[in-house]
Amino acid sequence: MAPARTYHALTIDEDKCIGCTHCMKACPTEAIRVINGLAEIWSARCVDCGHCMRACPEKAIYVEQDDLQNAKAFKYRVVLFPAVMIGQFPEKYTEDQIYAALLKIGFTHVFEVEQPIGVLKSSIRQYCRTTENIKPHISTFCPAIVRLIQIKYPSLIDNMIQRKAPHDLGAHFAINELKKQGANEDEIGLFYVTPCNAKITSVKSPVGEKESIVDGIINMNTLYNRVMQAIDDKEVPDTSSQRQNLTRDGILWSLTRGESVHFGERSMAIDGIHNVIRFLERLENEEVPDIDFLELRACDQSCAGGIMMTGNRFLTVERLESRAKRYPPAWKLQQSDPVKNSKEIKQKLVADKIVPRPAFSLDKDRVRALEKMNKAQRIICFLPGIDCGACGAPNCQALAEDMVNGRAKMSDCIFLQQMWEDEGRISTDKAFRNVEKKWGEKRFQADCNKRGKRNEGF
Amino acid sequence: MNLEFEIAGGDFTKAGYASSQVKKMLKQLGVEAHCIKNIVIALYEAEVNVVAHAYEGQILVHIESDKITTKIIDKGPGIPDIEQAMQEGYSTASKKVREMGFGAGMGLPNIKKNTDKLQIQSKVDEGTTVEMVNYF
Ligand code: SF4
Ligand code: SF4
Repeated sequence: MAPARTYHALTIDEDKCIGCTHCMKACPTEAIRVINGLAEIWSARCVDCGHCMRACPEKAIYVEQDDLQNAKAFKYRVVLFPAVMIGQFPEKYTEDQIYAALLKIGFTHVFEVEQPIGVLKSSIRQYCRTTENIKPHISTFCPAIVRLIQIKYPSLIDNMIQRKAPHDLGAHFAINELKKQGANEDEIGLFYVTPCNAKITSVKSPVGEKESIVDGIINMNTLYNRVMQAIDDKEVPDTSSQRQNLTRDGILWSLTRGESVHFGERSMAIDGIHNVIRFLERLENEEVPDIDFLELRACDQSCAGGIMMTGNRFLTVERLESRAKRYPPAWKLQQSDPVKNSKEIKQKLVADKIVPRPAFSLDKDRVRALEKMNKAQRIICFLPGIDCGACGAPNCQALAEDMVNGRAKMSDCIFLQQMWEDEGRISTDKAFRNVEKKWGEKRFQADCNKRGKRNEGF
Repeated sequence: MNLEFEIAGGDFTKAGYASSQVKKMLKQLGVEAHCIKNIVIALYEAEVNVVAHAYEGQILVHIESDKITTKIIDKGPGIPDIEQAMQEGYSTASKKVREMGFGAGMGLPNIKKNTDKLQIQSKVDEGTTVEMVNYF
């Protein structure tokens, strides 16, 4: 059994949140409500896609991370990062200079996680071959997508490939290499640099895995800043030997079509969580032709568009593509020692079965759920249908569902209140207090710097 | 819980709307995933049938705590030989429709495979009524 899904890396800073509803409207799973003027994330529904963070004009949603200082406790301080990180640095810095800066910051060893990618590739191939009858195979690379399928598309659970992600590959590989150099396992501290909050959650409470392999997580934007402070464009030592297991396929792995080009006769790659949702709806209805392999990523341009990436996603892709050209394809390394002796790593890349966690039912009991649905349907008749969000729910339908589950009141709808006032069923004073309770007194004070206005998010 | 949908014949862009709505509701009722899948496939197939063959149609959905009953009523050419239409590979879809990827003759047999009870009534030149029941 996979561990209970309790950990989420996102936190809302109550001092900064102004309850502007931008995040609530951006969330693809309707996981956010504004309560007492503050956004709240409903954890069972959150898939960690990071869209709310992107939408927040106040930067009130932040991602926890581990302290880099923790690394000091280890003799071998390994920084593990996806190759996509290199893509955000200005063109003028070489790979050697970036590696040198990482060492200068205090790490002793630098590993890009997608090596040797051939091991993961053949492991996935193997899985697909043994499960021929369940098509399409769906990649489990992007943790936000895994969670989306768990909560919203449980009928597709069996289609998910039971293999771990490149960060597991890279971690095991790094441990093996260091052991060869004489390191004890408890002397090695692995620090994973993440492009998004989804990877954090998957590393901290892995879905379909028993425990996390890394000792700490660092946000990529934080590390980017540190590297930029430490880097210089002077001559630095040649570090290419540390990348001898890195391949073209590995570098491109986290970009769109990075996986799909390798598997199945007919494969597809879809990026952007809203696109993915639209496609999965169709897939569930069997409205799509026979596809062998599906690569699904929550971010536009996949990890190049990760929420903690600093550079422009398109420039990042461009730089990685031209970098990849300088590396050999994975098959050329098929005969290299790390790939040939990878039996043990391969074993470790097998993940446990993923379990569904449906998060959209109205009640555990079906009879009661049906009653609630009927009730919600009647409530809907009275709501204005403009999805204004002034009630603190993302749309009228969601408010009706919240109401039948006791999470919202009729008076939360400002239109209904207005109507009741007009009909004399509620006093103006009471109506005003209601809204004030919902949004806080400050909402009604004149303030020319009031944030969250249109364009604030751009 | 009752739902009603209208279907316009010939408009493939809207085929699938009813099945998506029904799917969302069944998920909210906590119906088992596999069961939802069957219902949705049958309903989508039925929707496409109406769009492909009929002039217009209507879907009436009735959800109870243990089953869903779906009635698809269309005005159209009707089915002269229902038994034949139930055979896999049989299709009367026009060339245009087949080119769009629909009407490969999967229609009725596929519906049958995915429902617990299926009843079809049809009158040539008037229309067809398909009634299907799925138990949760
Ligand atoms: S991370 Fe994604 S799913 Fe979670 S609350 Fe934010 S927008 Fe919603
Ligand atoms: S596409 Fe990549 S960066 Fe974006 S959520 Fe998925 S794993 Fe994270």
